[in-house]
Amino acid sequence: MNELDVKTVGVRGINLHLNGLPKNTNEKHWVIKNPMGQHSIAVGLSAPLQVDINGHVGFYCGGMNAHAELTIHGHAGVGTAENMMSGVVWVKGNSSESAGATGNGGLLVIDGDASSRCGISMKGIDIVVGGNVGHMSAFMGQRGNLVICGDAGDALGDSIYEAHLYVKGKVASLGADCIEKEMRSEHISELERLLKAAKRREKPAEFRRYGSARKLYNFSVDHADAY
Amino acid sequence: MEKTPPTLPRKSATFDDYTLSEIRRAASTGIYDIRGGGAKRKLPHFDDLLFLGASISRYPLEGYREKCGTNVVLGTRFAKKPIELKIPITIAGMSFGSLSAQAKEALGRGATIAGTSTTTGDGGMTVEERGHSEILVYQYLPSRYGMNPDDLRRADAIEIVIGQGAKPGGGGMLLGQKISDRVAAMRCLPKGIDQRSACRHPDWTGPDDLEIKINELREITNWEKPIYIKIGGARPYYDVALAVKAGADVVVLDGMQGGTAATQEVFIEHVGQPTLACIRPAVRALQELGMHRKVQLIVSGGIRNGADVAKALALGVDAVSIGTAALVALGDNDPHWESEYNALGTTAGAYDDWHEGKDPAGITTQNPDLAKRLDPVLAGKRLSNYLKVMTLETQTIARANGKSHVHNLEPEDLCALTVEAAAMAQVPLAGTSWIPGKGGY
Amino acid sequence: MCGIVGLYLKNPKLKPKLGKMFKPMIIEMTNRGPDSAGVAIYRNPVKKAETKFSLAHNDGSYDWKKIDVGLEKALRCDCRIKKIGNHCILVTNAKEPAVVAWLKQHHPEVRVVGSGHTIEIFKETGLPANVYDKFNLDEASGTHMIGHTRMATESAVTTAGSHPFATGADLCLVHNGSLSNHNRLRENLRREGIDFQTENDTEVAAAYMTWKLRSGATLKQALEDGLRDLDGFYTFLVGTADGFAVVRDPIACKHAVMAETDDWVAMATEYRAIAHLPGADDAKIWEPEPSMIYTWGGHA
Repeated sequence: MNELDVKTVGVRGINLHLNGLPKNTNEKHWVIKNPMGQHSIAVGLSAPLQVDINGHVGFYCGGMNAHAELTIHGHAGVGTAENMMSGVVWVKGNSSESAGATGNGGLLVIDGDASSRCGISMKGIDIVVGGNVGHMSAFMGQRGNLVICGDAGDALGDSIYEAHLYVKGKVASLGADCIEKEMRSEHISELERLLKAAKRREKPAEFRRYGSARKLYNFSVDHADAY
Repeated sequence: MEKTPPTLPRKSATFDDYTLSEIRRAASTGIYDIRGGGAKRKLPHFDDLLFLGASISRYPLEGYREKCGTNVVLGTRFAKKPIELKIPITIAGMSFGSLSAQAKEALGRGATIAGTSTTTGDGGMTVEERGHSEILVYQYLPSRYGMNPDDLRRADAIEIVIGQGAKPGGGGMLLGQKISDRVAAMRCLPKGIDQRSACRHPDWTGPDDLEIKINELREITNWEKPIYIKIGGARPYYDVALAVKAGADVVVLDGMQGGTAATQEVFIEHVGQPTLACIRPAVRALQELGMHRKVQLIVSGGIRNGADVAKALALGVDAVSIGTAALVALGDNDPHWESEYNALGTTAGAYDDWHEGKDPAGITTQNPDLAKRLDPVLAGKRLSNYLKVMTLETQTIARANGKSHVHNLEPEDLCALTVEAAAMAQVPLAGTSWIPGKGGY
Repeated sequence: MCGIVGLYLKNPKLKPKLGKMFKPMIIEMTNRGPDSAGVAIYRNPVKKAETKFSLAHNDGSYDWKKIDVGLEKALRCDCRIKKIGNHCILVTNAKEPAVVAWLKQHHPEVRVVGSGHTIEIFKETGLPANVYDKFNLDEASGTHMIGHTRMATESAVTTAGSHPFATGADLCLVHNGSLSNHNRLRENLRREGIDFQTENDTEVAAAYMTWKLRSGATLKQALEDGLRDLDGFYTFLVGTADGFAVVRDPIACKHAVMAETDDWVAMATEYRAIAHLPGADDAKIWEPEPSMIYTWGGHA
């Protein structure tokens, strides 16, 4: 296990070091100390490293992550794991707005609450939130899965494309073109896989599925209100 | 008895033929008119400015022998690897999706021959464009279609798009006809649907948060690449100042004549200022911050020839960018296809329904039969010829005004033919020393 | 666009450390707001019959004595002054409207930055670190403090355009975001008799609050009405005589975070400003919901 201290090397130093490791390094496990809410910690990683961050992080932690497994032992700021390609980002506390924004792949787990716009424009990422999500979550969600073990705020799935949304708690309101959908066996298996990966105790049967009504896919004047 | 002489039938200037046809179309369909291109109406533009030239007090350079430099370096502020262009003309961002793969390849080829850059658009980076374009600027848009760290690192520069001249405040638009298998895969969308695009970035809003986002992109790319910020012609003075404060290396400013693949006609014609009106405020913002020539300014929107290039440079920009003109050079709206334009209900020079994907020239289409009409090698050569001519024209004008480098052109080399142009360009009305707005009148 | 920070001490033993605790908070917001900085500090309450004014002048060597003497003579009152940087704290038993009117008439170059019983407002162009030093805030003692770092959006970088803006006795406003209908509102408020010094959108929001309060609304009502009448993106932090209030617009794109321990309540645009406070690691941390008004410590 190797340590990096944000106080001594700065965010620049952390990213340079982690991204500069030789391709087949066996120094895979890193601990980052004193994040102090700084931004862009461990961004653009592209190797199967295991990184533990001890404390609260600022914006964009794990941004564009590929292959690495990041664990944030604290809360995370805006845009956690934004545009993630693969790998895992795990937030033990809460995450701020736009968690997993435009993520293409990988798994984002938030043990606590996520704020507004969780999974905005998601493009294949899987997100599992142990608590609640805020308003406009999964806005324009194109692909991927968003699992909400708590409640969802207003306008869930507004303008959604093909992302799958699973909610256990209450939904304050649904966004344009987002409707409740039937839970079939393939959805149950998918949800079971995600809950297991996120180490959650909830059962698939406790969730409802939401997705696109597909009425906005091609413009029709009768749906003009939704635009 | 004599018949009463009739008054002539008179059409209304307010309710002209175009307006009447548009009202009928709206009444019939219930949807706004969508088209491509930039503002078509007449606007104060570079044609309203003239260079003074050489005189008894100012001496020209000999053509060919006495060098007139055209190179420009972009991204000197923070990037480890600034971009060096041979000419002060770049190719603007246009997406694969709005354009065919062949067209993107042709742009790459032509730009590379000329020693300049191309820019990706709202759909991501294609193999063809990266392969054929020696210098490639990668756009970072609200939609983030196709965005990934590998392409970010493969790019030569990153252009964060906040807006574009045709629609400052509008997101991308690509209708189902053009969402082919390949486009759908790149954008992660179902095939054949009408793409609705976000108009704001998903994970930041405002210049204060933009500063943090720019730092993230720099961290991911090891501070190597210049970061551009692209804005439409909204509030150029404040926007440029804020782009500088947020940490930009380069600002790209697109006036209302700047084209788009598709958006609402009202957006194109009624939102965003003309290119000529944007330049002086933008340059002033840079000068007041002590950043002129340190944060470079690229201007686009209706650049058509070397005279436009020279005038923009004289007003203080570092380089210009072309989109519509580049497509025309490739063969867009060519009279060669007139019968097909007629079949589409239009004519060469007016064809702008690019969103329908039926372009006879094979440029703004995803239809493989149409797209194969464009030979990327030949079209690339045409583009490089056109860029060469624009460069020579710029040099001709610069030499005539006594400049050994095109960047030494200045506002005092110009005069204006109209009051509007004089006010916008802040140069005197020809034959007078009057600059409207300066000196209290 | 900007950075805003607020610190309210629940534990009175920490009062002498207020300035010291607050400093790293505002310094962390430097990048978000390199143009100017300002703070409102609540300290040294004056007697009930007295009013404390924060005055400022562009010239650092301005002779404040003549204000002291002039006011005493003109309004037959008692005054005492204390010069801090290019600001001056004036305490007097004259009534607020009379003082403001006299200054406007006889010394229009003096800016009235704030007034009340405990509030003192200091603001200036430049980096927050420099502004803090200029006004000797390191050793400041008090109950609570509001701060702001500014990145000017659509108006000039001037001291007058800096936040906090005073909106009434012991009240001030700082803002992160950008309003979109402030120009029309400014005209309406002018007709209600309110003066403006800048083209700044925040000044309009502050004036709106002033007008609402003058018309008899409570702070909560004023902020609720504001949610309806003010258009744009905003997080407001309002300082009151004994606490502060936070509100975010319904779209809530501008980030805001709150933190609380047994000893203090803090608010900031970014968590890293809060990270320096003692006990921050274990504080309760949450984000204010859009369109909800949060208040601490009671309000005027």
